[in-house]
Amino acid sequence: MKRLLPCIALLALASVPMWLKDPYLLNAFVTTGIFIIAAMSLNLLLGYTGQLSLAHVAFFGIGAYTSALVALGFDVELVGGIRVVHEPWPVWLGFVIAILVSGVCGYIVGKLSFRVRGAYFVIVTISFAEVVRLVALNWVELTQGPLALTSIPPLTLGLPGLGYFDFFSKQSNFYLVLGVVALSYVIINRLVNSRIGRAMVALKENEWLAVSVGIDVTRYLVLAAVVSAAIAGAAGSLYAHYLKIIDPDVFLFLYTVTMVIMVITGGKGTLAGPIVGGLIFGFIPVVARSFASPELQWILYGLFMILIVFLLPQGIVPAIEKWFGVGEEPREPGATKPKLQDVP
Amino acid sequence: MMDAVPTQIQPALTIEHITVHFGGLVAISDMNFVVNEGEVVSLIGPNGAGKTTAFNVITGFLQPSHGHVSYRGASLNNLKPHEVTSLGLARTFQRTSVFQSVSVFENVMIGLHRRGRSRLWDTLLALPREHESERELNERAGEVLALVGIERRSRELAGSLSYGDQRLLGVALALATDPSMLLLDEPVSGMNATETARFMRLLNRLRELGVTILLVEHDMPMVMGVSDRIVVLNYGKIIAEGPPAAIQGNPEVIRAYLGQGAKKRARD
Repeated sequence: MKRLLPCIALLALASVPMWLKDPYLLNAFVTTGIFIIAAMSLNLLLGYTGQLSLAHVAFFGIGAYTSALVALGFDVELVGGIRVVHEPWPVWLGFVIAILVSGVCGYIVGKLSFRVRGAYFVIVTISFAEVVRLVALNWVELTQGPLALTSIPPLTLGLPGLGYFDFFSKQSNFYLVLGVVALSYVIINRLVNSRIGRAMVALKENEWLAVSVGIDVTRYLVLAAVVSAAIAGAAGSLYAHYLKIIDPDVFLFLYTVTMVIMVITGGKGTLAGPIVGGLIFGFIPVVARSFASPELQWILYGLFMILIVFLLPQGIVPAIEKWFGVGEEPREPGATKPKLQDVP
Repeated sequence: MMDAVPTQIQPALTIEHITVHFGGLVAISDMNFVVNEGEVVSLIGPNGAGKTTAFNVITGFLQPSHGHVSYRGASLNNLKPHEVTSLGLARTFQRTSVFQSVSVFENVMIGLHRRGRSRLWDTLLALPREHESERELNERAGEVLALVGIERRSRELAGSLSYGDQRLLGVALALATDPSMLLLDEPVSGMNATETARFMRLLNRLRELGVTILLVEHDMPMVMGVSDRIVVLNYGKIIAEGPPAAIQGNPEVIRAYLGQGAKKRARD
């Protein structure tokens, strides 16, 4: 059941471009998908290690800018008259470098900010996001500032023997995003259902106890931050090459809040949570737009959110698992399975 | 845990001149004692005497203001708690010390963390070593649960266990780290007589396995029953040390902690 369901969901989603021809809705699917990737990465930190990072949009934006700049090239003069010129590189390299750079940023932020917990950690991460936004806004030579980076080329991929793909159309971008969603799902699934994931859950539950059984807490928090930032960077890169234009507004706090909403309503600490929450809150604006005025759209968005948080405080996915009784199945070795005659 | 019982007396844990200040308050002053390999030593004293503080110093949760702690020749000063654990010292906590929202079995799997051999790449790429390591951990988790006697509860959520079983699970967590020495902080507080008796049997079983034990406990019948030696703390100072019989008759201990009833019992 637990293995079958994600495969069915993947197939169902893969069929969407075959029957959905409306470009507006397809566009909604692609952008929602990109935010779902970001929400999934946030869930690794928020849901599994219990740390609320509000810097997530920074990793997303860093990924977007890195990828765009690698593909577009740049020419900047640093302090001391050092001039750095970068010729445009293939776009797929931009995607890879975006992931690496975001991951490194995750490492640095993690190393610095995991000295503190709780509210202090949240504040450190907000500051980081704000600093990065200000850099993007003011380092005009590199980022064009508010004028935005434009004509970002679409992602292209040359596979030997298979030919050459460019992800220009909405359909092709849909499959690209779906592929990255699936890959992120697999990576996060493997991580959280392993010794590493158990260490993360342990330090979320009771940090002192986790330490006392020999878990190096900082190490696993930083590891979660690196993987999480790298995946968010991948999402940012997809965003840049899909929209073909990015400006410092990608660092808006609103986007971080959107990711947090997706994770919390869907069910933090569950694999499917950010996907379900992401689909709902990605499509509420789209659906509401068809019948409501702009003011009313956001009121509906807020009402729906409050409703979910009140009725299903654990999130949608845990609630569904509870109803159908397919929740956590604690693993157990055959040797210790209770036998009937053992029961007193 | 699997070490053979040593044939001669060898010091395992050595505490020398430990002093702990919290601001102006002296929590422990110039504490010295030794726990030998395979021994069961109890640390007793009135509330606030500094017993838990001593535990925190030994296990790296607190750095002493002065003094030195070493285990099997290795210095524990300036080590982080998880590094102390990797030297074979495991502890339990006074309050409920289990991961409440995961199953009993998963709790022990978390405790087995350090025994896992899979690396990040093994996990991400699902390499054979990942499966092998997980299988070993699964087996070992079953053994640990059987040792403390809560294997029938393995599927239940830790938070739903009875208080006594939660204490046992706390010990199972510590045992999962494969310790050569166990520090138990009031393990039977809140247990009923049956549960306490069951716990004493577990302690004896651990002693047979060669685990050195340092115990903090208020339950005097249990302390007197299981300890080889007792160290008595009062206001951060050691006021007596010796085998149970000697401690029971020590006038200073009676005045500070045991009370006059114990004196009468000791005379009888």
